[in-house]
Amino acid sequence: MPYTSELKKLIKIVEKTRPERVERKKRGEEFPAMSLSEREKILKYHPDFKEEGRSEIKVGPNKGYRIANEMVELLHAKSRVNPDLIHLSRIDYETDVLVIGGGGAGTAAALMAQKTGVKVLIATKLRHGDANTMMAEGGIQAATKNQKDSIYYHYLDALGGGHFRNDPDLVETLVTEAPKVMAWLENLGAMFTKFEDGRMKSLHGGGTSRKRMHYAGDITGAEIMRTIRDEARNYPNDIKVLEFSPAVELILNDQGACGGAVLYNLETEEYIVVKAKATVLATGGSGRLHIQEFMTTNHYGATGDGLIIAYRAGVPIKFLHTVQYHPTGAVFPEQAEGLLITEKFRGAGANVLNIDGEQFVYEREPRDVEAAAFIRECTVRGKGVPTPTGKFGVWLDSPMIDILNEKGTVRREFPGKWILFHRYGIDITQEPMLVYPTLHYQNGGLEINRKGETVVPGLIVGGEVSGGVHGENRLMGNSLLDVMVYGRIAGETAAAYARKQFKDGKLTLNHVKRYNKALQDSGIDLDGRVAPMILPDYSNPDVRKKQLTTDYTGTLR
Amino acid sequence: MGNRAVKPKKTVSKSKDSSEKRVPIFIMGKKYEVPESLTIQKALEYAGFQLIRGCGCRGGICGACGTVYRFPDSYRIEVGLACQTVVEPNMYITQIPFFPANKATYDLEKLEPTGSTVMALYPEIFKCVGCGTCTRSCPMDIDVMEYISLAIRGDIAGAAELSFDCVMCGLCTARCPAEEAQYNVGILTRRLYGRHIAPRAKHVAESVENIQKKRFDKGLKTLKSMNLESLKRLYNDREIEPDMADEFWEPEDKKYIIVQ
Repeated sequence: MPYTSELKKLIKIVEKTRPERVERKKRGEEFPAMSLSEREKILKYHPDFKEEGRSEIKVGPNKGYRIANEMVELLHAKSRVNPDLIHLSRIDYETDVLVIGGGGAGTAAALMAQKTGVKVLIATKLRHGDANTMMAEGGIQAATKNQKDSIYYHYLDALGGGHFRNDPDLVETLVTEAPKVMAWLENLGAMFTKFEDGRMKSLHGGGTSRKRMHYAGDITGAEIMRTIRDEARNYPNDIKVLEFSPAVELILNDQGACGGAVLYNLETEEYIVVKAKATVLATGGSGRLHIQEFMTTNHYGATGDGLIIAYRAGVPIKFLHTVQYHPTGAVFPEQAEGLLITEKFRGAGANVLNIDGEQFVYEREPRDVEAAAFIRECTVRGKGVPTPTGKFGVWLDSPMIDILNEKGTVRREFPGKWILFHRYGIDITQEPMLVYPTLHYQNGGLEINRKGETVVPGLIVGGEVSGGVHGENRLMGNSLLDVMVYGRIAGETAAAYARKQFKDGKLTLNHVKRYNKALQDSGIDLDGRVAPMILPDYSNPDVRKKQLTTDYTGTLR
Repeated sequence: MGNRAVKPKKTVSKSKDSSEKRVPIFIMGKKYEVPESLTIQKALEYAGFQLIRGCGCRGGICGACGTVYRFPDSYRIEVGLACQTVVEPNMYITQIPFFPANKATYDLEKLEPTGSTVMALYPEIFKCVGCGTCTRSCPMDIDVMEYISLAIRGDIAGAAELSFDCVMCGLCTARCPAEEAQYNVGILTRRLYGRHIAPRAKHVAESVENIQKKRFDKGLKTLKSMNLESLKRLYNDREIEPDMADEFWEPEDKKYIIVQ
């Protein structure tokens, strides 16, 4: 849908203030960035700070910890399947390394494990590659421009962005492995955007002190994902893939180690037992829980399943009290609602503006600060731009980019977004985009060490499902990096474990029974809830009311 | 049984005003009335389908929801991604969530970026009859036939560039009379280009060497042992590369910069 005439009138105001803003930008005059204490003040407008949005976990290793209600509801839910019904002696698949999750981290893990000669089975909820990695747009951070940058600055930026709460060891590994990841991907033939001499182009992201965001057009994640997926498919005998088979429980053995997982075939509705010497959990994030009813940029399958099943197995969680809202999700047109508008637009020079066409925040604050500033502008200050569906947004002035650089820059650097808006009759080289914060990333997750190990031997975790490396707020470009770095490490650790440390034992689901019992004993009103969620429910309630003979377990028929 | 769904509160239908105009669409030939502003994907959910196949990123990049449709008084087959295409009255819709495709296996390292490499791995592309159906079937508006013919002619760089926006949904493959798997040819050319044709990023190799030779260990150790206050000060005062700086900008403070 093209802009309505009301919105077109408001765009005129943006056009009026644009020439002067462009001049200021050219002179290097930026809207003043906030100091650390100013940041602290504005963060009270961030959804994380809404006390009524959180509640206390009553069972398990993090009893007493307060996190988002939507996550607690899942932690306070019983297993999807009665563990007594699963025949653990009837093993359907046996493998050296089981990788749960077929996204960026899982696929990187599979490739690294395969290299050492072990057999890998990837089990994934949807198709191989259906993951948030595929949707990451802006880029991947790595300190590779040696005349101006080093891992020293990358470390400092990541820590400052994460409110200095990050696990220092995890950050150290992240930044140290980053250049190696870039070399690995370049070797695999990923088409990063380069200058003619082969230098990779790089940009700023929010909270970076050096331009170290490497990118492949505006589909960096898709380019990485399809490249490593293609590589995994080059080893069909070593890396097998089970699609549409999400894990619904981990299996432990009587040695206390992880021994595999129970999968659920979404099509035949069977439960499947996989026995593995080592298990990599790389199930990604949880945007589809729609915390505080926010729209999300996340993949259909991002329901936090890995958190739930690992927590039941005794793995503690960290930093889940913070959730990342990407400042710039589309709010217009309605069909594109929640879609990610990459931070790269701001890195390339686009201002953020209120209804009066005025700047109200420096456009490259860390994401939590930037999002909080948008929310304050649209709520308490009342300077948001109203949409036809009754929501509010702020302008992201994309036409500035062509003026600041050269005509054609937007089309060349943002081909994906250009075509998307073009389909709806909006030319983002001429008209600004209307944006509002959208649920984007699970900052926290399962506790790991720098080798990806958890408290459960043989259970190795990598990617968005883990927590610690980003502290309380992740910087742009550190998530693709996280999935690549810790996915690769998880694969190496798992392969080594399978070869050297694995001790066979009798498979058991006693931990699930214990968790179910703890829930029952806690007095929580379980209300028939089950978890993991597997898929969100977007069905029509009017239709459901008429499905008189249908039973649902959780969200699934 | 009968377990309550732990479900997100924001569903499609709730966000739809009941007064919104409905239009008829035909899902696999069967008629449903849906709000006119919905995408095909949301219309399927509104009609009561629970999507398992044919739904992925919901953002137009993963290629899970390739869809073909037709209108009653037109001979044309139209295509789109279900998550990106808004419904139109009387469209006859079916999704093609999967279509089998030949995928060659190879060791990229050992391949040469030439037309004969592509020919050896995907000989069927020479069966191309030039009908252009692939191009007309591409929901990303890629000139598929053109990148295939560039690949045949050995213009690997051209094919890589032209196929860059491919989401690998497989609609081209589903409709090709020559039985090609164009999207797999596309990724082969992109990987050949990225690995063997595009000039290497020397700065990446240099930064890897810096790390292997542990040239930053001291700097990181200093940072890791610093107390919070000094760390915050250091962070606040760190030199920021200006937005408009060019590629060769250099900071004033080079204590933690290592140029070989």
